[in-house]
Amino acid sequence: MHLMFHLSDISKSYGPLFAVAHTTLDIPAGRTTALIGPSGCGKSTLLRLMNGLIAPDTGSVTFDGEAVTAANASSLRRRMGYVIQQGGLFPHMTARQNISVMARHTGWTAADTESRLQVLADLTRFPLDALARYPAELSGGQRQRVSLMRALMLDPDALLLDEPLGALDPMVRFDLQTELADIFKTLGKTVVLVTHDLFEAAHFASDIVLLRDGAVEQRASMDVLLSAPASTFVKKFVGAQRGLNGARGLNGEPGL
Amino acid sequence: MKYLSRLPALLLTVLLAVPFTAMHTLPAAAQDITVGSKKFTESVILGEIIKFTMTGNDIETAHRRDLGGTRILWSALLKGDIDIYPEYTGTLRQELLKGTDTHTLPLLRAALAKQGIRMSAPLGFNNTYAIGVTKETAARYGLATISDLRRHADFSLGFSNEFLDRGDGWPALRTTYRLPQQNVRGLDHDLAYRGLESGAIDGIDVYTTDAEIAYYDLFLLQDDRNHFPVYDAVILYRADLAERVPGAAATLTRLEGTIDAARMSAMNGAVKLDKKSESTVAAAFVTDRLKIAATPSDSGFVARLWKSTRDHLVLVIISLGAAILFAVPLGILAARHDRVGQCILAVVGIIQTIPSLALFVFMIPLLGIGGPPAIVALFLYSLLPIVRNTHAGLRGIDSGIVESAAAIGLEPGASLRIVELPLAMRSIMAGIKTSAVINVGTATLGALIGAGGYGQPILTGIRLDDTALILEGAIPAAVLALAVQGVFELAERAVVPRGLRLKSNG
Ligand SMILES: Nc1ncnc2c1ncn2[C@@H]1O[C@H](COP(=O)(O)OP(=O)(O)O)[C@@H](O)[C@H]1O
Ligand SMILES: [Mg+2]
Repeated sequence: MHLMFHLSDISKSYGPLFAVAHTTLDIPAGRTTALIGPSGCGKSTLLRLMNGLIAPDTGSVTFDGEAVTAANASSLRRRMGYVIQQGGLFPHMTARQNISVMARHTGWTAADTESRLQVLADLTRFPLDALARYPAELSGGQRQRVSLMRALMLDPDALLLDEPLGALDPMVRFDLQTELADIFKTLGKTVVLVTHDLFEAAHFASDIVLLRDGAVEQRASMDVLLSAPASTFVKKFVGAQRGLNGARGLNGEPGL
Repeated sequence: MKYLSRLPALLLTVLLAVPFTAMHTLPAAAQDITVGSKKFTESVILGEIIKFTMTGNDIETAHRRDLGGTRILWSALLKGDIDIYPEYTGTLRQELLKGTDTHTLPLLRAALAKQGIRMSAPLGFNNTYAIGVTKETAARYGLATISDLRRHADFSLGFSNEFLDRGDGWPALRTTYRLPQQNVRGLDHDLAYRGLESGAIDGIDVYTTDAEIAYYDLFLLQDDRNHFPVYDAVILYRADLAERVPGAAATLTRLEGTIDAARMSAMNGAVKLDKKSESTVAAAFVTDRLKIAATPSDSGFVARLWKSTRDHLVLVIISLGAAILFAVPLGILAARHDRVGQCILAVVGIIQTIPSLALFVFMIPLLGIGGPPAIVALFLYSLLPIVRNTHAGLRGIDSGIVESAAAIGLEPGASLRIVELPLAMRSIMAGIKTSAVINVGTATLGALIGAGGYGQPILTGIRLDDTALILEGAIPAAVLALAVQGVFELAERAVVPRGLRLKSNG
């Protein structure tokens, strides 16, 4: 199996607290892997270690066979799209400028940039006339689409998404879940998606990594997490999520 | 990151060194000789007289008038920023050469020579303290000397506050003469003359060349016990003047013994009471007494305003421009490195706590007088608002935005240029605007160390009690501050990205 990311015995601590503790994790290429766990368990930190935004205290990260270092992080990141909960859009740039900023920076022609923009707007079903708007003039859902287009602009090998739908209201969120899953299927890229919602994780991935205090507690599909929890912690986490999502079916489809 | 620990020291060195060296390369004035004068009328008149005497003998001479107090003139002379200035023997003995035995003129000359300074023979008047009374009072009490006051215990005295405190002032005077007066009041020097005239007080302290002595027709009691030190007016000049400008020293001797106290106080009166210009009065003196043709060099309102505007703008533009070029990178550095940042903010913060007047004066030993020290002082003074706002503007950017910039693959420099600086621009511009407005106001202090600008008419106006002249500096300074504010508001509109002026909808 082709590995896109290989994290080996990786740790990161902030003061006495381990955000990530001696974790080894492989992310297979061409599929979606979901990282899940309670707030503060180290999901975001793990993602930042993967794209070299922070350096690990111990262990190493490789991306597509290449070690991620301070020296090559900037160039490797151009092969990994990254979307965060609030979108992280640059408020002084229009949607079009936000999406094409890296293309311009790396010297694409205007024509190449524009045709890529069209493809992405089509993919994400983003209205072309809204490309001229500033982030402040867009809805929450539109902002996340722009953020996704920006991440996809250079046609990266992998996509890292940190709770991309976390800030949206439930209706928009549900629509976008469905759409995103379709897009990922179309693209066939490696996707690492962070969420704290088990049902959202199941919606996107059959490969779910459940984290606890910076370490992997169990890695399995939704069904296995439900039927064979590895610990009482997993049982409790799954139980709490089912309580919250009582009205929804196990596959993340809306219940009736 | 070891090099970071050495950064603050390095930074401070560069910070101070660059503008200093830049300033030293400014071209010197074209004149052969520069005369300086203190910021009081008599000194300015003497400065003009020296200038006319020199130019009358074909020696190109500039006069930098109203330069400030004794210390400023003395250090400017030692540094060579000026070649000549009028001083008083009393001031040399009591203040500048205190602790050296200078009680005879040869000793005084020797002490000055050690510092590379020469002294003319006395000009002919002694501007010391005296006790003044009206002629009627003198006649009524039969007074001729200060000793005579011993017989009149009910005599009422009004003294300036400085005189009440000085070492050679009232306490010592009372001891020397064993004076019995209890009725002694402290009051403003100018009001004292009016009090005397109205009869509210019988005697006051005066400077012996005060124009008011003649104006109010006062009688000065003789200092029969030689209590007051002698303040003979003399001309100080640099020893190297003789070789640099042959004939200059010889020309100065023409002034020796030519100005008696009556003449000096008449000239003071012509300026202070009759509102003639120092230049007119000085030209009249050299024409009449030395038979040297002199034309008063008074410039009209427009020429004066243009000159102070030009001087002021030079001070503001150079110092503010340098401050922007320095402070923005410093603010960026401070925002990027926590520890270094704290050092930078602390250092520029401390500079800001130095009273601005003191900062200007501190520059004199390093850079002399005139534009360069004023520019450096203004430069240092303009740093804090820009550094602080650059730092705050960058630190205030949402962490998700900065993180996204790095995550999409922008290198740190590109992230700064493309994302962070545009987002911090509003704050940076506000800092620059604050600096600019402070700079325009503070630059008026430049006149105190010979840098000219709008402070010049303000200073002279205060000295001559001439409100119109004060306004000639104060109004343009205020207008310039408003204009600068307006310019930066326009600039802000141009450089703050449009997207930042939108209200977010969510
Ligand atoms: N920059 C940081 N400084 C200090 N502590 C941090 C920092 N980033 C994360 N942490 C801490 O590390 C732990 C894991 O954080 P994070 O990875 O953001 O968790 P999650 O994304 O799972 O909610 C938390 O306890 C958090 O407070
Ligand atoms: Mg998180």
